[in-house]
Amino acid sequence: MWNQILTLFSDYTFQIVALGTGFLGLLSGVIGTFATLKKESLLGDALSHSALPGIGIGFLLVQSKELIVLLAGAAISGLIATGLIHLMSRKTSIKFDNALSLILSSFFGLGLVIMTHIQGSSNAQQAGLDSFIFGQASAMLIRDVRLIAIVAVIILLLVCLFWKEFKLFTFDPDFGRTLGFSERVVALTMSTMIVLTIILGLESVGVILVSALLIGPAVAARQWSNRLSVVVIMAGVIGFISGISGTLISSIGTRIPTGPSIVVVLSGFVLISLFFSPKRGIIAKQSAYRKQKKSIEQQLQVLKEGQGK
Amino acid sequence: MPQQTAIEIDQLTVAYDAKPVLWNTSLSFRAGKLTAIVGPNGAGKSTLIKTMLDFIKPVTGEIQYTVRGQSATYKEVKNHIAYVPQNSSVDWDFPATVLDVVLMGRYGKLGWFKRTGKKDRAIAKDMLNKVGMPSFANRQISQLSGGQRQRVFLARALAQEADIYMLDEPLAGVDIKTEGIIMDLLRELTRQNKTVIVVHHDLQTVEEYFDDVVFINQEALSSGPIAQVFTKENIDETYRQDRNLGEGEDA
Repeated sequence: MWNQILTLFSDYTFQIVALGTGFLGLLSGVIGTFATLKKESLLGDALSHSALPGIGIGFLLVQSKELIVLLAGAAISGLIATGLIHLMSRKTSIKFDNALSLILSSFFGLGLVIMTHIQGSSNAQQAGLDSFIFGQASAMLIRDVRLIAIVAVIILLLVCLFWKEFKLFTFDPDFGRTLGFSERVVALTMSTMIVLTIILGLESVGVILVSALLIGPAVAARQWSNRLSVVVIMAGVIGFISGISGTLISSIGTRIPTGPSIVVVLSGFVLISLFFSPKRGIIAKQSAYRKQKKSIEQQLQVLKEGQGK
Repeated sequence: MPQQTAIEIDQLTVAYDAKPVLWNTSLSFRAGKLTAIVGPNGAGKSTLIKTMLDFIKPVTGEIQYTVRGQSATYKEVKNHIAYVPQNSSVDWDFPATVLDVVLMGRYGKLGWFKRTGKKDRAIAKDMLNKVGMPSFANRQISQLSGGQRQRVFLARALAQEADIYMLDEPLAGVDIKTEGIIMDLLRELTRQNKTVIVVHHDLQTVEEYFDDVVFINQEALSSGPIAQVFTKENIDETYRQDRNLGEGEDA
């Protein structure tokens, strides 16, 4: 087992894939922290699910798995869906969460219809297209990893540049507007980053689970620190480790998809953080409560004894 | 010294979805005075402030600001105006310290992309002193009580070093001690000739705390110095049951 892992790490294909998923985890951890704190993480879920019909239509248009075309299709249909969600919740009496699940499932349903149709067609190119549903990181090529790395570096630099503005608008957007910053510029920059991160994750993690990559690291990291900078960095690290470990698991086993493996590792991080983090963790809170209760009981006991005399 | 006007509102009408919330409202705020905006729930108090801050575009009407002798529109004097939102409007479990939040008051002066420096930290700490929370700088904001949250928001606004302060219900849900601290600070601001406008809900304390009062209920019914305007007739007129035709604004 251990030898197998060591061999894997020196394997070129594994190195490529692990680097790709690692970078992806890092990026989505960082971006996801802002999305989660803004309580917009569900929008990421809607965006990724509704990317599926775009992938299918992109394929039907060019009749080949040209990655750029597929991802562009994904981005367009994802953006149309989020636009519809906002429009519905603003212009009709349908509430935001209902609009979200409605659009999410109808786009996803349409995507499945198109995908099934493509699979039944005679075009030999279609093999493997369904990997977008669960993700197939092993299909990742060096140029995909390069793309992920370049976009990740650009986005991380932008996060550093916009740090103060992102912090401000994530915490108190109304106040931010009164300071003279353009809410539109900040919101647009942040949304573009979220969309790019999701689109990059589609191939390796799949449309169903990619939003877990945004939410998981952020939720886990939040448990360990009360400083935004630390939370963001930790979320990035947790995402990175999950990406690599998930790829490892799926490479060791046979027929284990990468995306779900990454998400399972991530969920492990979330569970451990929820239970064992020193201040916000469930166990720490329980023991603090018990200590408090004990000390109150002792004080009451002392008082009682004092009155008895 | 001649009486100066800080904000002049001329025939302002604001509507949500074609339903007017504020109707043909004209009024002015005196510079260097502490003014209360009072009226029943749904009267358009918050709407008035939000329109003055350009959150809501009015259907018609003009708002003219005068800052340091210069007449200007809101956009031109944005950085001279400090806003204290209702403290329930943000998530207090956000990972930040008290000092982080107060420092946000400096962001407007810094502009895009510039980081806060030593001077900003010094000012932020100074403002924390002023609101009576010097030892709270490194405290996590989720650990604050309602009154402390309000004081942190006030410290953030003070750090803006503005000329006009607008506060939305700063005394809602705070304890007596905090109320005293906040009102003392606002009073001190007017002594430095700053204009302070407060959305206020407690009629009992209007006379004690404020210089001027604006009664609104879908329109400005009366406004001016307390001595002239804070009368039983004006109060009754503002709070008359059949006046309030609206379903109420957002709380």
